[in-house]
Amino acid sequence: MTDPRKAADRLVEIIGSRGEAEATVAVGRLELTRFANSFIHQNVGEEYVNVRLRVAAGGRVATVTGNRADDAALSKLAEAALVVAATQPVDEDWPGLTAPVKIAPADFSHASTNGATPAGRAAAVKAFVDAGKGLSAAGFCDTDAFETAFANSAGHRASARGSRATIDGIHQTGESAGAAHQTSNAFADLDGVAAGALAADRARRGMHAFDLKPGEYEVVLAPEPVATIAVFLDFYGLNGKAFNEGQSFVELGAAQFDEHITMIDDPMGPGALGEAYDAEGTPKQSTMLIDGGITKTVVHDRRSGRRAGAASTGHAWAMSGSLGALAGHVVVRPGTDTVDDMIAAVERGVYVATFNYCRILDPKSQVVTGLTRNGTFMIENGVITGAVTNLRFTQSFVKALGPGNVLGVGDDLRYADSEFGQGVVRAPSLRLAAWNFTGGAGG
Amino acid sequence: MFDHARAAVEAALAAGATYADARYVEARDEQIEVLNGSVEQLDRGEAAGVGVRALVGSSWGFFGTHDLSSAALKSAGSRATEIAKASAVVPGKPSPLADVPVVEAEYETPYTEAPLEVSISDKVDLLMAVTAAMQEVKEIRLARASLGAWDTHKWFVSSQGHRIHQHIVETGGGFDATALGESETHRRSYPQSFGQFETGGFEVVRRWDFLGNAPRIADEAAALLTAADCPEGEMTLILEASQLALQIHESVGHAIELDRILGWEAAFAGTSHLELAKLGTHRYGSELMNITADATLRGALGTFGFDDEGTPAQRVPIVDRGRWVGVLSGRDSAAIAGLPPGGMVRADGYARLPMVRMTNVGLLPGDSSLEEMIADTERGVFMSTNRSWSIDDKRLNFQFGCELGWEIRKGKLGRMVKNPTYTGITPKFWAQLDRLGGQDEWVHWGTPNCGKGQPMQVAHTGHSASPGRFAEVRVGVKG
Repeated sequence: MTDPRKAADRLVEIIGSRGEAEATVAVGRLELTRFANSFIHQNVGEEYVNVRLRVAAGGRVATVTGNRADDAALSKLAEAALVVAATQPVDEDWPGLTAPVKIAPADFSHASTNGATPAGRAAAVKAFVDAGKGLSAAGFCDTDAFETAFANSAGHRASARGSRATIDGIHQTGESAGAAHQTSNAFADLDGVAAGALAADRARRGMHAFDLKPGEYEVVLAPEPVATIAVFLDFYGLNGKAFNEGQSFVELGAAQFDEHITMIDDPMGPGALGEAYDAEGTPKQSTMLIDGGITKTVVHDRRSGRRAGAASTGHAWAMSGSLGALAGHVVVRPGTDTVDDMIAAVERGVYVATFNYCRILDPKSQVVTGLTRNGTFMIENGVITGAVTNLRFTQSFVKALGPGNVLGVGDDLRYADSEFGQGVVRAPSLRLAAWNFTGGAGG
Repeated sequence: MFDHARAAVEAALAAGATYADARYVEARDEQIEVLNGSVEQLDRGEAAGVGVRALVGSSWGFFGTHDLSSAALKSAGSRATEIAKASAVVPGKPSPLADVPVVEAEYETPYTEAPLEVSISDKVDLLMAVTAAMQEVKEIRLARASLGAWDTHKWFVSSQGHRIHQHIVETGGGFDATALGESETHRRSYPQSFGQFETGGFEVVRRWDFLGNAPRIADEAAALLTAADCPEGEMTLILEASQLALQIHESVGHAIELDRILGWEAAFAGTSHLELAKLGTHRYGSELMNITADATLRGALGTFGFDDEGTPAQRVPIVDRGRWVGVLSGRDSAAIAGLPPGGMVRADGYARLPMVRMTNVGLLPGDSSLEEMIADTERGVFMSTNRSWSIDDKRLNFQFGCELGWEIRKGKLGRMVKNPTYTGITPKFWAQLDRLGGQDEWVHWGTPNCGKGQPMQVAHTGHSASPGRFAEVRVGVKG
């Protein structure tokens, strides 16, 4: 397999004195076993090399990408970068390269993921399917084992290894479905039986659903919908570029959220999956985003940081030039309430297992529309009394978590599927005072 | 180039596959974005590799590799077969492949100006001029313009004897102006919210006249800052053609994917409200609703010569005068459903498994016009250009937001309205289609960002549409 350190070094060497160079190389193996109707129907694997080179020659900047790391391919890529850069106007906002800073080689990988086999993933899938005891299962189990390296012509070097494994799926009764999700850096941590049993239980309890009249309801949200909320706050609000552009809801230092809401980007803490530095080589570190309801910071890459008169916070990624910096290891701090406690405190409300197809209507007010899916339940007098058909909502996520609106924070922190990719958010359940359901299954 | 794919196929067969196919893909792309006169993104990418698919019994395996050495290609083939054998741990019913013609063929997108040969300086100059034109309007805080192009060669080989080379060229771009208010933002885009992309060369960009439209778009964004709220209630809704194209994409295109109907996407993208047993009898919409999936339309974004299983591109009726008559399918899904294969299976690059994707799912034109529709509307809203889109996992309950709207009163466009939204249920909504624009207003809109599958794949799809009118739609949904 390609050594990403050598490839990154070589790119910088080829550019030499002809420009400033910043190279990132990732190599790995991603394999995914997908199942539906209780059998494996798509089963795929890929060995990948992702090479990205950004050059600034006389202040003229271009980025090129490729998927080969042999010397001829790297030379071709480097020359192409210089040719493209030469066609550009001088970039007045070029923030320069990350200065050398010591980043110890990090290894977040787990042997069970690195060595995962198609047979191993199939066994995990079989456990999930069998746990449904006759229900119809669908979902996936995947493993990603990777190694990354960074080099720039300022002499900065960094490398890391990481891994991720996920099992995610639903069981279906024919009229209802229930979901379950597990993510870890260790394939050995995945428990297909437990995930399958949880999904099956939710599916069975979701039968005989009725149409709830739309309106404003108190809600208990499982970690999945909380993760979705966190992603929207992150992408559209805590993003330094969006903030610079005036499109963010963020008012730094203001108590925009309930005091029970604390959100941290924690790339190196427990459960980390493998990024010790960002796409510009800036070291990753724990970043307090929202502290006890007070919005503390937005995240920057070098460019948005320069424009804001701030330093990079280590949140550059491949698309941050266009889409802005992102916190990719978000933790919504858990509380001490059990899910049962939160449900018991609700007089009349709705429990939501998963959101679906959420899209923003306005980034500044964070009004989002979406639906519930795979488990929506009526809560009456502290107990779940039945299943509800899927509901559409139109709701400001900032308002939903606003001061006085968070009535409970769960103790059930875990990686949750936000519907925008696994391994990005760890979240607990939340109990919220009000959620605006604007339509039911029938419109 | 066929040799790379053939080596992988032979290795898969040698390892025990009963059928195998492989694609060797060479792909180049370019993305340029300018914001307020500054180049925010200038990326050029190149990728090449082989993806091989193997069938063992009723189970599939797939493996992709960037390594083109003989050893790596053989390993990829045998690895695909090994993965297929592992699939048999949780086996399904036998999965035959529908017959398709075994051909040796060539296909190339008709184009005039190779988009990656047009100088980058000229492209950046165009985008700079467009953003400068928008920034002439003082309320515009963000003026953004972008161009994108993809140039893809694919060599396909199957164990049944296919040998197909295709060269697909796709080009497009767009721009938007954003005006920022105290508590909300307003954006106007051109030609549509994600830009307009087509199969073809840089002539696509020249035809849409970005510079000539920039001042109007900026003026409209600024005007939204003081526009009235969209009215609430049930009323007549007229959709501009690009918004109707996205409506087709979400509430028809995905719903008719046979893999969704068969439950293969149940956990992620979702299923469909359609049941195969009702194919041919289910009423999808009004008599004005005639939809085809046509991969042969010149210039449309979902046009090609052959899909990624080697099936020839074709025109398939989907909805005929409101009646559901067709699906999007591949060789395996069509065989299971007992239908002819539609040639609608494509992959996002060499390293992804081909799956059912929309081609050009379009609504055939009617005989009205936007002008006539407005003149014949007592009270309603005309909405233009998508801003948000959301639909449930069965493709029934949807809500769309548009960038701007105008009230219609007594046959005339009235005041501009901001944050227009509408919501509905798919078959009920399409049953309310009562006017449809004609051939003159019919455009092959392109959607360059259709996500589906795990690992995620992005497809480029086309949706031909003209403006349409719908009766008694709920509009003005607020948060």
